[in-house]
Amino acid sequence: MKKYLILFIFLIASKNYSQEVISGKITYINESNIESPLEGVSVYWFSSSQGTTSDKEGNYSLLKSITTNKLVFKYIGFKENTVIIDGENTFNQLMVYDENVLDEVTVNKRKNTIQKSYFKTQNIVTISSDELLKAACCNISESFETNPSIDVNFSNAITGVKQIRMLGLESPFILITEENIPMVRGASQVFGLSFIPGTWVESMQITKGTGSVVNGFESISGQINVELKKPYTDSPVFINLFSSNKGRNEFNLHLNKKISERLSTGIFLHGNKNSSKHDKNHDGFLDLPKSIGVNLFNRWQYTNLEKGIVSFLGLRFMNDEKEMGENHEKGLIFIRAPWLSKINTNRFDSNFKLGYVNPSIPYQSIGFQMAYSNHDQSSFFGNRIYDINHDSFYSSLLYNSIIGNTMNKFKTGLNYSVDRFEEFVETHDNQYLRNDRSIGGFFEYSYDSLDKLSLVAGIRYDIHNNLGSFLTPRLHLRYQPLERSVLRFSIGSGRKSSNIFSENQNIFSTGRKIYINKNSGKFYGLDSEKALNYGISFRQGFFINNKEGDITIDYYVTNFENQVVVDWEKQSELHFYNLEGKSFAKSFQIEIDYQFSENINFKSAYKNYDVKKQYNSGLKQNPLTPKNRFFFNLDVSTNLNDKGANWKYDFTYNWVGKQRLPLHTSLSFLNGYSPSYSLINTQLTRVFSKKLEIYIGGENMGNYTQENPILGSGNPYGLDFDSSIIYAPIHGSLVYLGLRFKL
Amino acid sequence: MKYLIILFFLISNYSFGQEIISNTVNTSFIVSGVCEMCKDRIEKSTIKLKGVKYVNWDIISNKVSIIYNSKKIKLDNIHKEISLLGHDTEFYQAPLEVYNQLPDCCQYKSESIH
Repeated sequence: MKKYLILFIFLIASKNYSQEVISGKITYINESNIESPLEGVSVYWFSSSQGTTSDKEGNYSLLKSITTNKLVFKYIGFKENTVIIDGENTFNQLMVYDENVLDEVTVNKRKNTIQKSYFKTQNIVTISSDELLKAACCNISESFETNPSIDVNFSNAITGVKQIRMLGLESPFILITEENIPMVRGASQVFGLSFIPGTWVESMQITKGTGSVVNGFESISGQINVELKKPYTDSPVFINLFSSNKGRNEFNLHLNKKISERLSTGIFLHGNKNSSKHDKNHDGFLDLPKSIGVNLFNRWQYTNLEKGIVSFLGLRFMNDEKEMGENHEKGLIFIRAPWLSKINTNRFDSNFKLGYVNPSIPYQSIGFQMAYSNHDQSSFFGNRIYDINHDSFYSSLLYNSIIGNTMNKFKTGLNYSVDRFEEFVETHDNQYLRNDRSIGGFFEYSYDSLDKLSLVAGIRYDIHNNLGSFLTPRLHLRYQPLERSVLRFSIGSGRKSSNIFSENQNIFSTGRKIYINKNSGKFYGLDSEKALNYGISFRQGFFINNKEGDITIDYYVTNFENQVVVDWEKQSELHFYNLEGKSFAKSFQIEIDYQFSENINFKSAYKNYDVKKQYNSGLKQNPLTPKNRFFFNLDVSTNLNDKGANWKYDFTYNWVGKQRLPLHTSLSFLNGYSPSYSLINTQLTRVFSKKLEIYIGGENMGNYTQENPILGSGNPYGLDFDSSIIYAPIHGSLVYLGLRFKL
Repeated sequence: MKYLIILFFLISNYSFGQEIISNTVNTSFIVSGVCEMCKDRIEKSTIKLKGVKYVNWDIISNKVSIIYNSKKIKLDNIHKEISLLGHDTEFYQAPLEVYNQLPDCCQYKSESIH
């Protein structure tokens, strides 16, 4: 009896189970941002053969399984999803595009890590996070060496900081934004890029020439926009470890979590430490700063596609300490106090963004963003101090719509920003205070004929308490007569406040006496900077042996109407004064990209810079600006095997031509020009699977260094001391090893 | 000057908003097609029709979303114009001679493509 009862219960139970059905609707967000049914999705119970596919309306129904409650949704080009079904009888599933899979399946060609578009009106180069991996270390100030659009210069032997240049002009003339919020500016101008860890970056967009009016009036030679990783799309766990033979260690951890269908959050942690003391060139000074840094970023993302709302909230804390100067712990007895230097930076960032796209009218959108940051640096260089505290508030409101149809679009909106600077220069008694406030309105019209012609014409009007009220017009044109030929032209003006000390911090680690030739200007007694930039770019695509390549020729000119001249021409003196006469930067670049095969990519560029300005001592090429540069990059990878494993190899060669040197008696043997030199960087990556990869690489493999980076090192408190006449690497070859792990 | 500019922005936004309420119609229907080239053809030609404000054709669902001004163009006309490109819509069959002229990858009627 008992036996039958049990059997009976089993029968009922199994009958019940087999009668229970799970059903639901499968949808996806189509290109018009509308949720629509998805046909043909495979729905099956985990590790079983029980399954079905969705019908035309996206509906599916499936008998419940006894063995598992894990239900799998799978469709090519979309992210596979497994859900736990606990007693529910209906379950609706929204499928999300998986861009990686789509690329692997449908595109036979490897996606270029640097992408140039034929269709964008502006001359924009997009750099993906894969390209950033080529320069494994460590922050974005170091990530441009494998890329010909941006040049990396060494600016100071004490701090070892690298400065970037575009079209021959230094970074203060480039507008650097983080997700379209101006970021590396004011107090963070010199070190700001080094405070953005490379692993945080999703992609970068480099605009050559004048930028869009939407982002403000500041961009003069170009714009770099950094997109950070988004919690919604980044992997749940990511770990990166890096270690170099020079004692530099870096650590990155990303943790992302989807709290609900709409809300996700991410924690990004970065730490770096350099504890070893190197003095390879035996000048008594550390070659690299002893440093420790922590950077913590928490970001929240809210996405509601049905309502068309996307919102971000971010909070970030950063602390960085650098110790530099003479290696005094070696037990050497100084007959004087050792020359020491320390830079301590604390930074807080917060931002909020809200975007709304009307789901039924996809061409209309409204965006609002605001950001507050505080950058606090206290530092000393020998007996000179430099402290800066910069509070910054930025907000913008942007409205996008069309005129008639989507071939005619416009953007309009307002910006409001406030910057408060407090600086102590040289001594604690010498204080500078300044407040910058501005409000501006902009209107940008774009026309796209959908084939040969497109243009973007923008104008903005700003009211600024220190720069005055002024108009900023900008124009971009694109003409594409043939499928693979595109011609671009741009013209526009830009202005900026001149933060002479924070932009030129390398003046403090010299013995030079600082002079400001004041007039009635609002910035340390100097006038602001104003320039006009125009340029032309031509790109021609070609096929050789059925493989794609292209050649790009750029010519850009920046003419300064006013500028703050930083004059290093006299030894032991440094002069700041407003420009009287000409100042221009003409840059010519020819670049060839070619894909030899699916596994071999080749890039090469030649650049010529004619950057001159009127100094008190005459019209001269800017010091430490090479007239000629040559760049070559080869990147090779093996085919992915079925586990997703392969090898990647990257080789970059940079040739830097001679540079005019400011006059200094310790450099007189060079006759006014630095020797030309070559730099080789290389990297090998072993990808074991999608989860794990290990990389090993070397920088400056030719071991070329500047002979005497610190001039007058015997008497660092003397007037002839100078650590800022740097034309080549300060330290020799560096070997590093690291790993990346993600889940 | 400052207020004038702000006022201008407000007015321009307002007037655009008004237009949308009155005559703008949002519609979507099935247009047969298969590839990126079809998408290009459908979208580029439709947007150039007078009165059409927005077009998007989704490859996977074959659904076209169109926003148009009902005073300037009739829905029937939009269907007709799209069918003349060689793509069947819910109202009109594409003329066979036009369909046959489409590049190979766009031949949505032949089964082998799928």
